[in-house]
Amino acid sequence: MINFRKLLSASVLLATLLLSSAATVSTAAAPANTKILRYASQDDPQTLDPHSANLTPTNRVISQVYESLVARDKDFKIIPGLALWWSNPDAKTWRFKLRPNVKFHDGSPFTADDVVFSLERTLHPLSQLKSSVQGVASARKIDDLTVDFVMKEPNPVLLNHLYQFRIMSKIWASKNNALTPQNYKSNEDTFASRNTNGTGPFSVKLRQPDVKTVLVANADWWNNASKEKGNVTQVEMLPIKSNATRMAALLSGEIDFVLDPPQQDVARLKADPNIRIAEGHEARIQYFAFDQFRDELLYSSVKGKNPLRDLRVRQAMGYAIDVNAIRQVVMRGLSTPTGSIVPPGTQGYSKEADKRLPFDREKAKALLTEAGYPTGFSITLDCGANQPPADICQAVAAMLTQIGIRTTPNIVPLANYFSKLQKFDTSFYLLSWGATTFDSFYTLQALLNTNSGEQSSNGDSNYGRYSNPKMDELIGKIKSEFDMKKRDGWIGEALLLNQRDIATLPLHQPVIPWAMRKNIEANFAPNNIAYFFRFKKN
Amino acid sequence: MVDLMRRFFDSDIWHSFKRNPLVIAATIAALICLFAASLAPWIAPHNPFDLKTLNLLDAFSPPAWIAAGKSEFLLGTDDQGRDVLSTIMHGSRVSLVVGICAVFLSMVIGITLGLISGYVGGALDAFIMRVADIQLSFPAILIALLIDGVARAVIAKENHDQVAVYVLIFAIAASGWVQYARTVRGSTLVERNKEYVQAARVIGRRSLAIMFSHVLPNVMGPVMVLATLHVGTAIITEATLSFLGVGVPPTQPSLGTLIRVGNDFLFSGEWWITVFPGLALVILVLSINIIGDWLRDALNPKLR
Repeated sequence: MINFRKLLSASVLLATLLLSSAATVSTAAAPANTKILRYASQDDPQTLDPHSANLTPTNRVISQVYESLVARDKDFKIIPGLALWWSNPDAKTWRFKLRPNVKFHDGSPFTADDVVFSLERTLHPLSQLKSSVQGVASARKIDDLTVDFVMKEPNPVLLNHLYQFRIMSKIWASKNNALTPQNYKSNEDTFASRNTNGTGPFSVKLRQPDVKTVLVANADWWNNASKEKGNVTQVEMLPIKSNATRMAALLSGEIDFVLDPPQQDVARLKADPNIRIAEGHEARIQYFAFDQFRDELLYSSVKGKNPLRDLRVRQAMGYAIDVNAIRQVVMRGLSTPTGSIVPPGTQGYSKEADKRLPFDREKAKALLTEAGYPTGFSITLDCGANQPPADICQAVAAMLTQIGIRTTPNIVPLANYFSKLQKFDTSFYLLSWGATTFDSFYTLQALLNTNSGEQSSNGDSNYGRYSNPKMDELIGKIKSEFDMKKRDGWIGEALLLNQRDIATLPLHQPVIPWAMRKNIEANFAPNNIAYFFRFKKN
Repeated sequence: MVDLMRRFFDSDIWHSFKRNPLVIAATIAALICLFAASLAPWIAPHNPFDLKTLNLLDAFSPPAWIAAGKSEFLLGTDDQGRDVLSTIMHGSRVSLVVGICAVFLSMVIGITLGLISGYVGGALDAFIMRVADIQLSFPAILIALLIDGVARAVIAKENHDQVAVYVLIFAIAASGWVQYARTVRGSTLVERNKEYVQAARVIGRRSLAIMFSHVLPNVMGPVMVLATLHVGTAIITEATLSFLGVGVPPTQPSLGTLIRVGNDFLFSGEWWITVFPGLALVILVLSINIIGDWLRDALNPKLR
């Protein structure tokens, strides 16, 4: 009996202890002025290395943590960032005067050495962000707060590109063995892919891939006095893959902000008095691209030749896609069909080069027959396992099957999708490309130039390895032309060539509806990145 | 044959069946499901997997009796314009195949281990039963998830889709054999000391032969009841795994996959995409469980 009593009192004690510790947890809530933004999207950042992979989910975190010499205000105009001012004494030199008294998150001072180092890291063969310093050959430290960029070729839109050039602390990188970018293609794991040290408005407090990323506001940020500054002190970024779960979490108030509510639920969200929608066209085009390099496709029934190298087959695919049905059913009206690989509003966009092939199944079948495939063939269409691409792929697979191209959609988890494409392990894929610099050159160079391997950013996202000397020549001319009128003319020609050649097959420009609780204030950003420092939580 | 039929219609089971309208209804429902599922490729109004016949503009049609519905799609269409009724018929086919195969495999594993355990006894018995005890302390779904996870790690992604169904069957079977083993072991312990077993031993039959040809037929009654109920559980386990996205690949949707896909459209009001597959699952499992329950009572001499 004594034993039993002892046991009882022990268990009571244990229960009390447990309860009291639970109570401490709940009372230990942060002081009243902390504003925690709970943010959800279906994607998780692939890496935290600012120079390894140029992927939007990664950029969504990186751009809170790392900064560039230039910044953009909320209207996306270029303004000084870590550089106070700059000059362009001659076509081959840019001089940047650096902002004094800026500190990295670990407390070390920001100097010209960090800029020189970050440039070298960005130009490293493993970096996929070489385009962020397009044309720059090297950097020269003049004094602690002055840097010269030496150009190997002039770049008329260098500042637009530089917006994505992230500055990392040299001391921190050498201390943590992170001097070179992570090898993203082979899924390398490095210190810098899990940890960060930038100068930006937020630092990464916790990083659990596919579970949670927690950012805390940087109290020492140089720009804390900015007019655009909101009041969010901590951000919990949650990847919630399931559409229904993400919606339910927002509706119940468990999270404050959803970057990508499912299209089908936007109408309901708009009707909800507790939800606000910030909507706009994303500066992004969703497009199909084809393996036009191999003599035999990896994933097709056609052996001995590559049907996708035949323009008529690509044209047939263009005629077979009923883009309006996709807009109406899959996108629920949240897209604008396009024939252009750059969205309207991008420097160089031309209305003339924005014409789609009409939806015409008979014409498509006739073209296939003419190309020598009267009974069609089979092929695999690769797409990422996020929404809406996965749904678009299924719909397009049915449309192509109806003209005889028996298409199997292969829906790949995003964590593997980009490295699969980067290894050219595809025959036919759906991807989207953001016009990050708001200038056509960035898109043309990445998607349509002949792929140059790791040597430069030429064609670094041209996973179908389309190659046309005429296109390369045009892109080469656009690269260094300062006469904007002439330059726009060549961009128009290149865009027309893409349309004629069906180098890529653009589908549409998505409309992005950010959904948030009523107490959140945020402006829509056309690059679909939520800049948390501007967020207000009431 | 006629004799056999007469014996069946004279039996207690048939009389108990005749007096039980709920069981009759359940049997009819189960037979309809079985019929619709096994003949799906021939009797389904559409072939939802023939991409040639899909029209995206048919997507999200509500059921036929709702104003916007189309008469050719009785239960409406899903997000890609597939007929929901046809996908349910094809889906229950996958669900039933996985369920029945998994139960059969569990039965084989469970009966074998149970017979050996009960008949041989000793250290082997203790070992098998402790393994069973350990496994019983985990929920079945957890074991199935574990096996599926290991399979995913071992099998290359390209080949995974082809073997996914077999992995699933194995995973469910491996999580369910314990019940059979314990039941069979219990009955075997009773049977092995009976005269007919001793007689067989005396005339020199080998242990294995005694186990399978003499003991086994006498322990099958409770096993059949277990198996019937287990089919229902196995179908639910399969649906749960598929709902979680680790079950059958989306190219061979089962009821669980259909419910998961439809789940995305609940908030936007397209309820039929998920409700009807859910309903089909409920009817199928409920009718199997009612039959199983009744069978347990009917075969139990103490309740007669």
